[in-house]
Order: sequence, then structure tokens, then C-alpha cells
Amino acid sequence: MSLSIIESCVNCWACYDVCPSEAIYEAAPHFLIDAKKCTECEGDYADPQCASICPIEGAILDAAGESINPPGSLTGIPPEMMEKAMAEIQAR
Amino acid sequence: MELTVLNDTPSESAGGCSTSSCGSSNDQLSHLPDEIKQKVHNHPCYSEEAHHYFARMHVAVAPACNIQCHYCNRKYDCANESRPGVVSELLTPDQAVKKTKAVAANIPQMTVLGIAGPGDPLANLDRTFETFRRLSEEAPDIKLCVSTNGLALPAAVEELSKHNIDHVTITINCVDPEIGAQIYPWIYWNNRRIHGKKGAQILIEQQQKGLEMLVAKGILVKVNSVMIPGVNDQHLKEVSRIVKQKGAFLHNVMPLIAEAEHGTFYGVMGQRGPSNEELMELQDECSGDMNMMRHCRQCRADAVGLLGEDRGDEFTMDKIEQMDIDYEAAMVKRAVIHQGIAEELAEKEKKRAALAAVKVPSGPAAENKHFRPVLMAVATSGGGMINQHFGHATEFLIYEASSNGVRFISHRKVDQYCIGNDTCGEKESALSGSIRALAGCEVVLCSKIGFEPWGLLEEAGIQPNGEHAMEPIEEAVMSVYEEMIATGRLDQSKGESSQMSA
Ligand code: SF4
Ligand code: SF4
Ligand code: SF4
Repeated sequence: MSLSIIESCVNCWACYDVCPSEAIYEAAPHFLIDAKKCTECEGDYADPQCASICPIEGAILDAAGESINPPGSLTGIPPEMMEKAMAEIQAR
Repeated sequence: MELTVLNDTPSESAGGCSTSSCGSSNDQLSHLPDEIKQKVHNHPCYSEEAHHYFARMHVAVAPACNIQCHYCNRKYDCANESRPGVVSELLTPDQAVKKTKAVAANIPQMTVLGIAGPGDPLANLDRTFETFRRLSEEAPDIKLCVSTNGLALPAAVEELSKHNIDHVTITINCVDPEIGAQIYPWIYWNNRRIHGKKGAQILIEQQQKGLEMLVAKGILVKVNSVMIPGVNDQHLKEVSRIVKQKGAFLHNVMPLIAEAEHGTFYGVMGQRGPSNEELMELQDECSGDMNMMRHCRQCRADAVGLLGEDRGDEFTMDKIEQMDIDYEAAMVKRAVIHQGIAEELAEKEKKRAALAAVKVPSGPAAENKHFRPVLMAVATSGGGMINQHFGHATEFLIYEASSNGVRFISHRKVDQYCIGNDTCGEKESALSGSIRALAGCEVVLCSKIGFEPWGLLEEAGIQPNGEHAMEPIEEAVMSVYEEMIATGRLDQSKGESSQMSA
């Protein structure tokens, strides 16, 4: 089983440095996880390391394809506030 | 001030003159012990004088971060070090070394290389230390400095002390985890993400421990704080007292910058930043007369050049790859130029001592102690002179003239955002941005100024003045103050200015 990184990744290298399995590699347009190498950190740590340091909500998915860090969980910004602010900016 | 003092109990008895902000000299460096003065005198970030002559650069080799700050969006650079919404070109350590040598050879005034982002340098230990190690060997005439949020600092102190590093900046926004929890939503610590107060508590402990360890090693520590009204503004006075007591040689308060379009927690939630007046008041309380960092421009992680200017475009990686740098030869040239600047500064220093009358007023101001202080804005492109067109100024230096002389207060950026509606043309908004930046000032000194802004400034109660073009700033400010006294302008009170007076 493996986690995966999707397009909202901002290429900050944080996950790359902490992966115990060297499963994460630099790629364009963003970092990727080698599914063959990823162990979900089992046997090394209680929590998957990449998902514990990644600052971007939604960038890392679990094996089932769900966001490990859903909107609001890291920034503390309620998703509806974010939507409202973005809609206001769009309208300008 | 003893640099080697280690003290983690903030005791009340430490009042009086134990902090480095005590003293009322006009020379902002004079209160420092000689060994520190020696270290900072040609550092553009620490010496108001030096920043007109020496240059610094940052290289962006440190992308990762280990915490989240509510004023930061990790799509952009570390907001502790740059203005929000900026993205730097990420370099490998090898590219960073090449770039540093290329810049140092082409801009010999460049004396300081800093790593400040785009994430937290100490969350990128291999990349940061490889850069430092190679530069210490290959370009020993460059000073190194590093900034950090402090979380990984205690573990890095030993390694830091091995390199040519003498300045570390720690961003400390609080010493109380209750307040910390409102600033830092989480940290990454011991292989876990830790949220809320518990995370803030660990961060605070690491910051304080790191500060003490650096001081014990004799490494200079500067503390930066971001002023967040309603969150930590009152609390920062306490922070200031504690960090100075522990041996930080400088505490620098910066304003929160929060806009919804940055996508930060504070931006989206409508947290406001401080007004110029609020910022100035807190800076006065936290640093007293020690205004060395008032000229801080919150430069970006890959900034190159004198403070306030960015020549980064001349040194993009593709241009650097084309350059063939003979650093040995460059070092010889650099030494000669540094010597020249040192002599010029010494010359100025002598002149200043001789002309003490310039800073301590001799004319009407000397006998008339009761006249209120006046804030004046200056447009300058460097060299300590009034030499910039009002319309070209992207920032102003604010000075205060009073019967005690002239003192540098702060920098104010001209707000370049167009926040107006459809009728607000670009030019008009830049102009009203300038006028907003000058709130509280009574005079603006510049080399030239257009007809239109002249009228608008007068309407706003700010007197434009182009008569002192190409003159040294302090002398001109004092002479305008003398003139204001002589012409009776200070006989009328100016409502808000009374609260600024000391
Ligand atoms: S879950 Fe663990 S092993 Fe898998 S990519 Fe993330 S850090 Fe590496
Ligand atoms: S930590 Fe997140 S944002 Fe950073 S590189 Fe990894 S997946 Fe991308
Ligand atoms: S330390 Fe810097 S990069 Fe990290 S979250 Fe805070 S402001 Fe952003």
C-alpha cells in the first residue's frame, strides 16, 4: 500500500527529507511517491511522516485516495471562509 | 552587558540598565560592547550607517519548514524573512556558492551572506550547512548569518559554532503557549504533527533554549517579532525584556502583513496589521534608543544588494553559469574597497564628532526645550543623502527632530497595492499610497517633486521640501526644524503629534 502526492504539492522538500523509505522523489511538476517503496512508515513510525510534515492541505492522499490533511485541518481556516475570501478576490 | 551570562529565570530585579537598550546616545552603536560593535559595524542589517554602504544577500537553499505560522502560506517564501506572497528561485548548495561568489566579485560591497528561506534554514540542515561549510572555505571574507523559527535550533548550535557564523536571527513571537496557540497551529516534532498549545509550548522551549545556547557560545543573537494586534502586541514587551535579559543583542519588532489574497490564516480571517503609529510606539518600548533595526525592510529570501534595492535579476542562475569568477583576485579587490568604505565611515564619524552641533541643535531649538518633536520623511536612494525624487520613492525614512537632536525612527514602505475601485488609476493609487505612508509626518524632504503631489501633500498637512536636495539627511532635518521654530510653525500645536513626544 502506498500514499500519493497530487498536484497541489508546492515542492517544499519537507516530505522528501523525512521519509524513512526513500520513497519520495523530485519530479515535474511536483514530488511523487514510489508506490513500490512506500511502506506507509509501518514499522518505523506511528504516523506516515510525509503526511505529518506536509504543510499543504490535500496534497497527500492515503491508499484509499482520501486526503490525509483535509481543508482546514492544517491552516485552521474554515473552508467556507476560504471560499468566501477567494470568491471576493475573484470578483475584483 | 555580559554576553556570556546564562539566565533562564526572568527576574524582576533585572530592571534598570541591565538591558542593552539603556542609554541615550545619538550614536546607535555606542552602547554596545566593543567586541560586538566590531562584529556589526559593517553589517548592513545592524548598522543604520553601514546599510547605506555595505550590501547583503540571501540565498534560497532551504525550502522545507517544520512549523506553521498563521501569517505564512507555504506556497510562498518564509514570511518571517520576506514580505508575504514572494517566491524565490530555489538553489542547490552548489548553485548558491556559485551565486554568492559571482555577486561578491561584482558587488564588492557585499559583506554578508544569509540563509533565510524559503522555508526554515534549520529544517534543511544538510543544504544549509553544506552551503556554509563551502563558503567558509572558499570565500572566507564573507560573513555568514542564518535565521530560524527556533524549533531545530538547540540541536544545530554545535554545528553552527563550527562555521564562520556570527549572527543568528530567531523569530520569537511569544513566551506564553496560550498566545502561541493563536499564532502557530502546529509543529512537526519527534516525528509527529503536534497541534495547538502543546506544539506552541515545545516551540517556545526550543527557542529559549537555543537563544541561551548561542549566547553561551558567544554567537550574536538577534530576535525578531511579528506584531499582531490583539494577539501578541502587549505581550511583546515581556518578550523583549526576557530575550534581552538572556543576552539577545537586539530585539526587532516587525509589522504583521496580512492580505486575503496571500491565503494565510490571518489574511483570510481578517486579522489586521498594526498602524504605523502603533508599530512605532511598540518599537520605542521594545528597543528604546536602540534603533539599529528600524531600517529593516523585510527583504526576500533571494534578495541581492543594498537594503531596499534588489539586483537579483542580474544574477539569475543562467547568467551566473556564464560568468567565470576568479575569487582569489576578487578578494583582493574587495579588501581594497572595504578599506575605502571603512575610511569614509571613519571620516564621517570624525566629522560628526566635530560637528556635534548638527545633531544637538545650536539654534533656536537649543534654547527652546518646550517645542514639540516633529516627524519628517526623507526620500533617499542611499549614501545618507536626500537624493531621491518623491515620485520614485518606494519607501521613506522617518526621522524625528526635537530639542534633543535628530533620531532615525523607521522605514515606511509605500503601499503599492491598488485597493481602490475602478476610478482609481494606477498613478493615483501610488500617490495616495505615499501619502498614507507619511501619516503623522509634517515635512517630506526629497530631491524633487511634481506639482500635483505637492498640492495633495499640502492638503494632507505635510509640507514638501526640495530645498535640501543632495544634503546629508540629519543636517537637513535639523535645519528644517530650526526653521520651523524660527517661523513660528511650532507655536501652534499639531493635535496628534503631542502623543508622540517622549
Ligand atoms: S508514508 Fe512514509 S514511507 Fe510512504 S512516502 Fe510517506 S514518509 Fe515515505
Ligand atoms: S511536503 Fe507536501 S508540499 Fe512539500 S513537497 Fe512534500 S507533498 Fe509537496
Ligand atoms: S517559519 Fe517561516 S516558512 Fe515556516 S511557517 Fe513560519 S513564516 Fe512560514
